[in-house]
Amino acid sequence: MAALAFLGEGEDVAPVIQEILQQLVNGISLGSIYALVALGYTMVYGIIKLINFAHGDIYMIGAFTGYFAIKIFHLPFLPALVVAMVVAACLGILIERLAYRPLRNSTRIAALITAIGVSFLIQNVALLIWQPNPRAFPDVFPFRSYDLWGVYIDNRQLLILGVSVLLMIVLHYVVHYTNIGRAMRAVALDDDAARLMGIDVDKVISFTFAIGSALAAAGGVLVGVYYNRIDPMMGTMPGLKAFVAAVLGGIGIIPGAMLGGLVMGVAEVMVVALTESTWKDAVAFAILIIILLVRPAGIMGRRVREKV
Amino acid sequence: MSPASSRIAAWIAGALAVLCLALVNVGVYTYRIDFYFTGILVVVMINIILAVSLNLINGFTGQFSLGHAGFMAVGAYASALLTIYMEWPFPVVLIGAGIISALIGFLIGLPTLRLRGDYLAIATLGFGEIVRVVILNLKITGGPRGLGGIAPKTTFFIAEIVAILTVIIFSNIVKSSHGRAFVAIREDEIAAEAMGIDTTKYKVLAFSIGAAFAGIAGALFAHHQMFIDPRSFTFTRSIEILVMVVLGGLGSISGSIVAATVLTILPEALRGIAQYRMIAYALLLIGLMLIRPQGLFGTKEIGDLFRLGQRQGNEGRRAQADGGEGQ
Repeated sequence: MAALAFLGEGEDVAPVIQEILQQLVNGISLGSIYALVALGYTMVYGIIKLINFAHGDIYMIGAFTGYFAIKIFHLPFLPALVVAMVVAACLGILIERLAYRPLRNSTRIAALITAIGVSFLIQNVALLIWQPNPRAFPDVFPFRSYDLWGVYIDNRQLLILGVSVLLMIVLHYVVHYTNIGRAMRAVALDDDAARLMGIDVDKVISFTFAIGSALAAAGGVLVGVYYNRIDPMMGTMPGLKAFVAAVLGGIGIIPGAMLGGLVMGVAEVMVVALTESTWKDAVAFAILIIILLVRPAGIMGRRVREKV
Repeated sequence: MSPASSRIAAWIAGALAVLCLALVNVGVYTYRIDFYFTGILVVVMINIILAVSLNLINGFTGQFSLGHAGFMAVGAYASALLTIYMEWPFPVVLIGAGIISALIGFLIGLPTLRLRGDYLAIATLGFGEIVRVVILNLKITGGPRGLGGIAPKTTFFIAEIVAILTVIIFSNIVKSSHGRAFVAIREDEIAAEAMGIDTTKYKVLAFSIGAAFAGIAGALFAHHQMFIDPRSFTFTRSIEILVMVVLGGLGSISGSIVAATVLTILPEALRGIAQYRMIAYALLLIGLMLIRPQGLFGTKEIGDLFRLGQRQGNEGRRAQADGGEGQ
């Protein structure tokens, strides 16, 4: 904040730039996590036009799985991450099979209400079992900070960036260079035609849920490492913000979710730096409303005419 | 049932309902029903108003609003501030709260009701949260510590009268041409527009009316609790109201009344397993959508049980004689 006071004087412009860069670094770290979660939202919406309200809670389950994997089974970071992703993928497939698939042909509102119900169920069962008290994520990475021209990056931020980028590259590869990825794109475009082409739509949808949930779980574990605290309610706000990120980038569009996540992260960090931090949650919703009013298709979206 | 006997049955059922209500009133008046239960009954009345008002938006007009708690909050805080700083009489405060909430509903509805289904749901959720965050941050609303010292002006009788008035008003709205416009929008918005119904106007109207009564319910709530804070108006609260509407039936006023009553009294009766309440709600939501998405009453009202107001003239008889097929 003090750095901004120097805005008037030309000689001391460096601290301002430093501050901005610092917030950018923080924002990109946060934004990468939002991007990971947003990817799940966008993929599921792209394929079955459903806002999976329970996605934020899968992120939470991922964080807790990682927590238990490290704390109780003494797994190192990477295996714990993998375990969390696998568990979340299974959970995602289970939810889709039990709660969403029977409603594939009902109204959107029925599916939405069910999604809300699933979200509440997971949240409250977690509250019951694990108690609402926040827990400290076990310290797997001793904190080390690097100073680059006055801008501080710590190894946790580097980890988040590294893991996120890696996962996104893997996702990109799967979606664009594998058969199942092609099937996903086909079903998202037109599921009846995909079925006629011999694609097993049910399997593809399950697979989509699995990937999306795995990514969210990765985000959850990374958040545990970064902020060092997890609690059963941790999924609600980030879930909503990640959804806003997905809408911002263009819902159903994978690069859009990545972009949207980064924008959301940077925006939130900037708001916290400039004003009271209690407004930061409202910022996400303000962005949502603005985007829905000004450009509902999102930054990278295409406008779709509604056919009668 | 023949038309005559069904009408008699309807009269008997109606008389029984009025009798129950009268008994409850007498019980409260003579203090036979104790303070605790009276409090529960007040909350029942408030929830009925909330459920019926949300039903107009979600059930009758088919718009998916997830921010109802926000309007309740607006009404609660507005009424509390009016009572504390302006010391107006309670009925005036109630109406004032309703007007302010209606205004906010109008302002929010105008831009967002262009959105469809899922997007509208998220946008209304967003607005509900924005309202909560704004209340959390303003000095005048007490911030996170809440607003206390509100005079306890909500008696059971006031709450009851407001609830009854609400039901009467909404029943009339629904049966009017406006009500038909709402249902037309729900059934097929594009066809309604093609038929000349200004869908934007009617959607915003439904939204504002629903918001107004949510605000009135909030005002009653504030003057019952004597203390309000942003934690009473979260997304969870919106979901609780939504469960009442969905359970009763999206599009059934009687359903909302029954569901609101049941879902208020049941948790009290099952106090022992209170921590399972939200889990039960969640399972209820999921189960309802999987097994009976239309809820208890669907789009029918209690009157339909007795087939009141259905055609029983020559056309009815001829249709029955033909076995349903007539030319």
